[in-house]
Amino acid sequence: MLAIPEIGWSDLTPLLPFLILCVGGLVLVLIDALIRGRAGFPWAPVTALLPAAALVAYAARWGDAVGETVFGTMFIEDSFGSTVGVLICIATLLAVFLSGSYLDKVGRTRGEYYALIAFSASGLVLFASTTELLSLFLGLELLSIPVYVLSGYLRKNPLSLEAGMKYFLLGAFSSAVFLFGGALIYVTTGTTDLVEGLRLGAGSPLAQLGFLILLSGLLFKAATVPFHMWTPDVYQGAPTAVTAFMATAVKAAAFGALARVVAAGSPLWDNIPLTQVLWWVAVLTMTVGNLAALTQTNVKRMLAYSSIAHAGYLLIGLVVFSQTGDHDALSGMLYYLLAYTVMNIGAFGVVIYWANHEREHLEIPQYAGLGWRTPALGLAMSVFMISLAGIPPTAGFFGKYYIFRSAIEHGFHSLIIIAVLNSALSVYYYLRVMVALYMRKPVATLELGRSTVVGAVVAVCAVATFWIGFAPDAFSFVPGVPSIVEWVQGAAIAAR
Amino acid sequence: MDSLLSIVVFLPAAAAALLMMVPKEQHGLFRNGALAAMVATLLASIPLLTGFQTHAEMQFVTKAAWIEDFGIQYYIGLDGISLFLVLLTNVLGPLVVLSAFKAVDTRVKEFYILLLILQTGMLGAFVALDLFLFYFFWEVMLLPMYLLIGVWGGQERVYAAVKFVLYTIVGSLLMLVAILALYFIHHAQTGIYTFDLMALMQTDVPLNTQIWLFLAFGLAFAIKVPLWPLHTWLPDAHVQAPTAGSVVLAGVLLKMGTYGFLRFAIPLFPEAAVQMQKPILILSVIGIVYGALVAMVQTDIKKLVAYSSVSHLGYVVLGLFSFNMLGASGSLYQMLGHGLSTGALFLLVGIIYERRHTREISAFGGLAKGLPFFTFAFVFTTLSSIGLPGLNGFVGEFLVLLGAFGESPWIGAIAASGVVLGAAYMLWLVRRFLFGANDNPENQDLADLSGREWLVLAPLMILMVYMGVQPKPFLDRMEPALEKAYAPVLEVRASGNYSSAADLLAPFLAEREEVEPVMENTEDPAHQIGGGVR
Repeated sequence: MLAIPEIGWSDLTPLLPFLILCVGGLVLVLIDALIRGRAGFPWAPVTALLPAAALVAYAARWGDAVGETVFGTMFIEDSFGSTVGVLICIATLLAVFLSGSYLDKVGRTRGEYYALIAFSASGLVLFASTTELLSLFLGLELLSIPVYVLSGYLRKNPLSLEAGMKYFLLGAFSSAVFLFGGALIYVTTGTTDLVEGLRLGAGSPLAQLGFLILLSGLLFKAATVPFHMWTPDVYQGAPTAVTAFMATAVKAAAFGALARVVAAGSPLWDNIPLTQVLWWVAVLTMTVGNLAALTQTNVKRMLAYSSIAHAGYLLIGLVVFSQTGDHDALSGMLYYLLAYTVMNIGAFGVVIYWANHEREHLEIPQYAGLGWRTPALGLAMSVFMISLAGIPPTAGFFGKYYIFRSAIEHGFHSLIIIAVLNSALSVYYYLRVMVALYMRKPVATLELGRSTVVGAVVAVCAVATFWIGFAPDAFSFVPGVPSIVEWVQGAAIAAR
Repeated sequence: MDSLLSIVVFLPAAAAALLMMVPKEQHGLFRNGALAAMVATLLASIPLLTGFQTHAEMQFVTKAAWIEDFGIQYYIGLDGISLFLVLLTNVLGPLVVLSAFKAVDTRVKEFYILLLILQTGMLGAFVALDLFLFYFFWEVMLLPMYLLIGVWGGQERVYAAVKFVLYTIVGSLLMLVAILALYFIHHAQTGIYTFDLMALMQTDVPLNTQIWLFLAFGLAFAIKVPLWPLHTWLPDAHVQAPTAGSVVLAGVLLKMGTYGFLRFAIPLFPEAAVQMQKPILILSVIGIVYGALVAMVQTDIKKLVAYSSVSHLGYVVLGLFSFNMLGASGSLYQMLGHGLSTGALFLLVGIIYERRHTREISAFGGLAKGLPFFTFAFVFTTLSSIGLPGLNGFVGEFLVLLGAFGESPWIGAIAASGVVLGAAYMLWLVRRFLFGANDNPENQDLADLSGREWLVLAPLMILMVYMGVQPKPFLDRMEPALEKAYAPVLEVRASGNYSSAADLLAPFLAEREEVEPVMENTEDPAHQIGGGVR
């Protein structure tokens, strides 16, 4: 039963990051109303304060995040949730800076854009910090609805409108599916707490069905096969900065929630092989993503299919975790999410950097010779492509290594062979970008744009890509600060 | 000097980092800077040779934690196997830079920076004793070579470059999986997470698993060698690569595959190696004959040399899998010899290409009159390549054939036919290319070797002679390390019913003592099998 919990002020402090983002979004709406019409308000820097403040809040409460629930069981504060939250905030922070320059370039700087990003981020944070069906759904809607709007933000661009409409329709449908799954679990077990409910529902076919349906709702958000059809169109049509946000922050939250749901779901599966379901989803996701990416010429579509493929690699962590309960598999997933965030934001950053006021340059053949024209950006793009392809010494390699190692440890040999062959396949299309950058003669002179802020974001991402590839135990030289590996390991152990 | 080896490995990369800060118009600075860095690396590696002790243990060892959470170490060291490969790499380094002075005049900065990074990758891979570190360096080599082919290559460069990367990466990713599997097997047995090669060699892997792991390692190495039928990337890569790229590729990168067999695949999985010996011997012999036959019908000189590499590397693999000291030392010797002679051949082809912008054999003829020095160098290198006694090629090939005959006379006989074929296609090339009538007007006033070109070729030719007449200093230093590397395999064979192979060896060993008094301690077959100390 849904008991009415006692709520006090002390319940609010664990929610601080969520509140900062959510209330901050409201403040942004207010500012927009007050200064309406006047240009020149520094939207991006002001908005960036919100995820930055949320990061500070996470850091301040780090030691207190010990797995306690607040508002009854509605919200859980543990280091897993905090870690995913930190990833979300980093991705949001970087995406906001990209947005500032991007909106300037397309001439559509409006306050509501930033408010929507903030709202969405608050939903993402909530989504990863709960095992309760109602707040999961709340988080899902709070993160999704702003993203639907943002996808269709470029009103005069038919592709963007199509993206918004498509994402909205399919997303609404998947939300309904999610809700239906949740309802089935509630009907069987009488509780909306997932951990409790799935324990009670052990052996009940209805609860198992509900769980599968719920899972498919989440797999939709994570852009996995067979729920991936929306991804290429939406990623291509949405404003590039929004695509970067979706590909990183939303993906991190979706996998955070998936990990929690899978962890909670394990008692259900004495005889029905959850691992097998996830195994097939993982294999299909990476294979379909990679095969489809091979023939793409539009860089956003290519990155969309690549993000599907990466979702497949990430799922390996969940496959291993669902069968063995080994936290190392989840640590690998978290590490990969971090690597994926910096390299992906960086890649989208380069695309935005090159866009000029008239148009974006999205066809890969257009990049011919750009590596020589803008050496720094070309080098950065190459770093991101190499990292996405999983070649050392980059973050992408180490992330893959980390995920693969737990799978090999537990004997998922065929899965890893498939993943490795997929990974080899993916090298082809990532290298196509490098081929264009360095090995092709430019067809026509492109008018390239520029942007200092985006350049800085790209530089930060490139350095991070290298740094966490070279030294995955980065930060360990600062006393009292855990290395990234220790950090994700601690977080994974806390997952429930 | 604990850090000497690290200095040698990272000197080129450090120079590359410095050169990155120089504005790109300073072409001369990049050329001379890269040359200075390569020469400095070579000089720094001389103490490695002079300070080298002839025993089987690793020397100049540096060991430090790198990623402690996973038991990954920065662990490098040198033994008789890697010593000469490091020296070969460092001898070729300055020559490659020097050879590109005129040939590369676009994107000069990036070219030399990539060459330097590649140098560090290769040196690192030869000295890494931690499997993760090895994999790391192995992959670091990949991208510079990809760019060297793809940016500075010929017409079909993009196709060749992508093919090169895809072939390599499929093999290396499977190797990564195998490395991890071994790591966990070791952990299950000892409770320690480590990639330390010495520790992993003590792991007791069940035969069935060994075969899988051996195949995964073997695939990565066989692609790199390249072993027939995985060789198809090689002609494309060689022909499209700029001269410097071809030289590095043939001289050093191919050795990475055979080195991998010798250092990792065979000692780590001895039982599997014994099981897989026959198929690999057969593939290597097919490679020898096939490479030679295909080389014979080529119309492009560079492609001909590329296919001759397939054939020559077949000998190396043949020697490695003969599982006796003759074959093994011959094989390692052949790696060095091939590095010198094929490196020189590619340089010579590059020199003529710079003058004529074609490599079609039919476009040439009768160059001997106009280009006496070029002709001398080319014929000299050809003779070294086909194994004329007194030059480097002979020693390696001869030892390998002895080893192969010891293992299986049939295999040895077929392989020996490759020597004849090799002489045939190379000498036929020389006849069509350099001799006969000079009836092409474009070939009338070609310039002979310049001072710089002499500077590139002379060291190689001197080394060819030296290695041809003085194999002892080389073989002496190689032997203990080779014995150690083969000890597990020989142990496996001694425990099975393989002793007949050693009996077969006896006559050859006795004969060899007169030819090469170097390895007197291998004359006793019993010593070979049981005497390898682990």
